Amino acid sequence: MILMKDVYKTYANGVTALNGISVDIKQGEFVYIVGPSGAGKSTFVKLMYREVKPTQGTIFINEIEMSELKERKVPYLRRDIGVIFQDFKLLPKLSVYENIAFALEVIQESPRNIRKRVMDVLELVGLKNKARFIPDELSGGEQQRVSIARAIVNHPKIVIADEPTGNLDPETSWGIMKTFEEINARGTTIIMATHSKEIVNTIKKRVIAIEDGLIVRDQHRGEYGYEI
Amino acid sequence: MNTAMKFRTFTRHIREGFKNIIRNGWMTIASVGAVTTTLVLVAAFLALVLNLNEMADNIEEDVEIKVLIDLTADEEQIKEIGNEINGISGVDTVQFSSKDDELENLIESMGEEGESWQLYEQDNPLSHAYVVKAKNPTNTERIAKDIQEMGAVQGVDYGRDYVEGLFQFNDYARTIGLAVIIGLILTAVFLISNTIKITIMARSREIGIQKLVGATNGFIRWPFFIEGLLLGVLGSLIPIGAVLGGYYYLENNLGVLDNYSFVELLPFNPFAWQLSLIVLAIGAVIGVWGSVMSVRKFLKV
Repeated sequence: MILMKDVYKTYANGVTALNGISVDIKQGEFVYIVGPSGAGKSTFVKLMYREVKPTQGTIFINEIEMSELKERKVPYLRRDIGVIFQDFKLLPKLSVYENIAFALEVIQESPRNIRKRVMDVLELVGLKNKARFIPDELSGGEQQRVSIARAIVNHPKIVIADEPTGNLDPETSWGIMKTFEEINARGTTIIMATHSKEIVNTIKKRVIAIEDGLIVRDQHRGEYGYEI
Repeated sequence: MNTAMKFRTFTRHIREGFKNIIRNGWMTIASVGAVTTTLVLVAAFLALVLNLNEMADNIEEDVEIKVLIDLTADEEQIKEIGNEINGISGVDTVQFSSKDDELENLIESMGEEGESWQLYEQDNPLSHAYVVKAKNPTNTERIAKDIQEMGAVQGVDYGRDYVEGLFQFNDYARTIGLAVIIGLILTAVFLISNTIKITIMARSREIGIQKLVGATNGFIRWPFFIEGLLLGVLGSLIPIGAVLGGYYYLENNLGVLDNYSFVELLPFNPFAWQLSLIVLAIGAVIGVWGSVMSVRKFLKV
């Protein structure tokens, strides 16, 4: 599903984010990415939906070699991957409903299905009563839940989450984690970068620890392993 | 995977294009304002230049060659000359004007003073003549020279210096008019595409987000295409109003100039309508072009 071999990434400004990473993530896995800020977690995650291209090394996503993926095919790759961004990346002038519906309009879903699926997913993240609000009218946690709803609404094969519980109160965080476990149980691969020791140590899953651009630990049913 | 655009997606793009006009409030007003200002200028200049061009054409149309026939020529020879002139390439019409006609014209053109010429009606000193018109007025000189060389032709008269100067002046006027219009349109394109670019720059983040969520370039571009089209069309409404209103007013208030036969405006119908259509087309093309070109560079995410 996700296969990386000796991947290096140096940004144009000279900053080296990844220093030779190899990893193999199978379909249906649930993986936490942990590590200190600036260790390369975000870069690692961005490689998967081609927001960032590697300087060196090969990456396979869904059996497609990324360097062979044509520019105009990139959108189709991204439709199979739901991304929950650290900064949410919601469209500021669209309502909550329209933001989520956008992901379905892109795949030319019928209006009736769009309506049903958006309302279902809003129910799931508990924002049904805020469908008509625009992002600026919501709290950080609510915006994050909209971002989550958009990422999962079209049933992607992979869900990538960069700090999805960072702005949420504990109760909502557990609610979100429950959602993730549910969609993971349906066979969706979940990759989640997080700083939450509590979550990682409670819901035991595979843990990949990244430090200074290298994978320093990769264990199944692992621990968070850092003092906050 | 199905990449063809479904009809519902097309209607979605049109809907989004309209919504964007509303969502972008002040930016829409700025863009429409830029289109309006420049199109008013373009329309005014187009009206001016096209009318001047028409006047120049009219004057050139009036250029004719008068072929004076030798007084000694008999009827047979006169006919012969007529046929020969007809045979010259580029000749449009050849009309015979007897010396009596000539005198009549002369008397008429002199008005009061012409009466003294009536004395000559008994013994007309003028020659018979042919009045020749060229298909293309700029060939007048060449044709006149050809005719000059024929036998039994006393002389040709086509206001040589006047005609040469006129053609040259008209050529300059047309070239300058065309240059001004092209310059104006280019300025308009530049100004408008810059304004639209600023409004789109503000939305570059949104374009990036749409791409990260899996939208193709085409999917993102379409609403901008519709939006640009609308901006152009909205921006051409006031200029079209100005063209129709202004032209109507001019046509009905230029009576003063009736004395100068060559100052004649192109008729309101169809000219004002044609001009409106041109303005609308320029507006639409500029709007779409500015919008689609500006969005292009933000699509690389």
